[in-house]
Amino acid sequence: MAADPLVSVSDLRKTFGTHRALDGVALDVAGGEAVALLGANGAGKTTLLKILATLLRPTRGRVMVAGHDAVREPEAVRRHLGLVAHGAHVYEDLTARENLAFWTALGGLRVPAADLAAALAAVELERHAGARVRTFSAGMKRRLSLARFVLARPSVLLLDEPFAGLDQRAKKWLEEYLQAFKAGGGAIVMATHSFGRELAVADRIAILAGGAIALEAPRGPLTTDDVQRLYALHAEDAP
Amino acid sequence: MVWKDLLVERRSKETLNALAFFSLLLLFVFQFALGPDRERLAGVLPGLLWLGFVLAGLLGLGRTFVAERENDCWEGLLLAPGDKSAIYVGKLAGNLLLMLAVEAMLLVLFAVFFNLDLAGVLPALGLVVVLGTLGLAAVGTLFAAMTANLRARELLFPVLLLPVQVPVLLATVKATEAVLAGEPLGAVAHWLQLLAAADAVYVTAGLLTFDFVLEG
Repeated sequence: MAADPLVSVSDLRKTFGTHRALDGVALDVAGGEAVALLGANGAGKTTLLKILATLLRPTRGRVMVAGHDAVREPEAVRRHLGLVAHGAHVYEDLTARENLAFWTALGGLRVPAADLAAALAAVELERHAGARVRTFSAGMKRRLSLARFVLARPSVLLLDEPFAGLDQRAKKWLEEYLQAFKAGGGAIVMATHSFGRELAVADRIAILAGGAIALEAPRGPLTTDDVQRLYALHAEDAP
Repeated sequence: MVWKDLLVERRSKETLNALAFFSLLLLFVFQFALGPDRERLAGVLPGLLWLGFVLAGLLGLGRTFVAERENDCWEGLLLAPGDKSAIYVGKLAGNLLLMLAVEAMLLVLFAVFFNLDLAGVLPALGLVVVLGTLGLAAVGTLFAAMTANLRARELLFPVLLLPVQVPVLLATVKATEAVLAGEPLGAVAHWLQLLAAADAVYVTAGLLTFDFVLEG
């Protein structure tokens, strides 16, 4: 692992009232690396992603993203990350091109029309650039969401169930996109329930149970069956 | 932000259509309540006019962040790097334009329904309306953001907004009454100063606090 991880979490705790959603979580993710967070519903995956994304403040612990403290410098952190969660952050009554122009302008980027078109082409939406998002499928919305990051070039991608609801073609495209993102030196943290393409992208897996990391292991030598066996041993919803 | 909000509204026409229909209904109610008595009308017209503006404004302002609730766009706004007060300015400008459009329509309808000749007082009335609307929109935009993610937002929004609007409503109704009576603007300068001061305070408060409101 590189000396300076792009994402570094130590002794992280998050409580909601008396409920401890996360406790004692530590995780480092280097550039060019992807970590898959596995776990049952309520294990704390989404809470961890939201803390990394600066959408939630931790109760205790330290969260660093691209060298910036997520609590003290949330604006600096936001310049380095892209979040693709359940909502695609797109306006239904705008076209794909208009959505992209709006979000990049809001992020302080002045992007020429040719670059907007190139970003839409990169996510294979060039033929739908002038179509309203209301007519898009879930996969198209997710690709449009990712088009923003083609332009903004974040160094960290946070993904919540990235392959859920996508057809096979969209899954293949997303897998290739994430592999290219890693090859470009970016770090990926993705929360997932499934053992499909997420595992093909992941370099490490971290199984969350009861708000703590029950197991962290390199993905390299593990087959999907191995991961399922480990999951069965550690996760709370194991069959 | 203004461009986006106006484009979304132009395509969906949800708010403008609803407010136009609401304004028409309101005028029918006023017409039935007051009848043809011109003297009675002259006494209550400023209050009725602003009652119409405020009720239409409440409906419109309450929908300020409706588009942001779809697809977690609210989260997207929060994650957008940069000064969040720019989002407030954009939302305020969009609300102001929408409210002024509805108010212009209401004024025309008032003139038609109650057979009023507003041509002579239009510049002075316009100034009062713009100042009053800015105060309403400035606080309304901020409170719409504060209540956007609450379950009881439809109830809380007017309950929070109206008490804060008392100085603006008092000044606008008094200034409108004087302007409609044909008095010069100089005669209502103190009300206009109060309105301008309230606007400055409300807009400044919005700019300074919007970041905290958005972050929750």
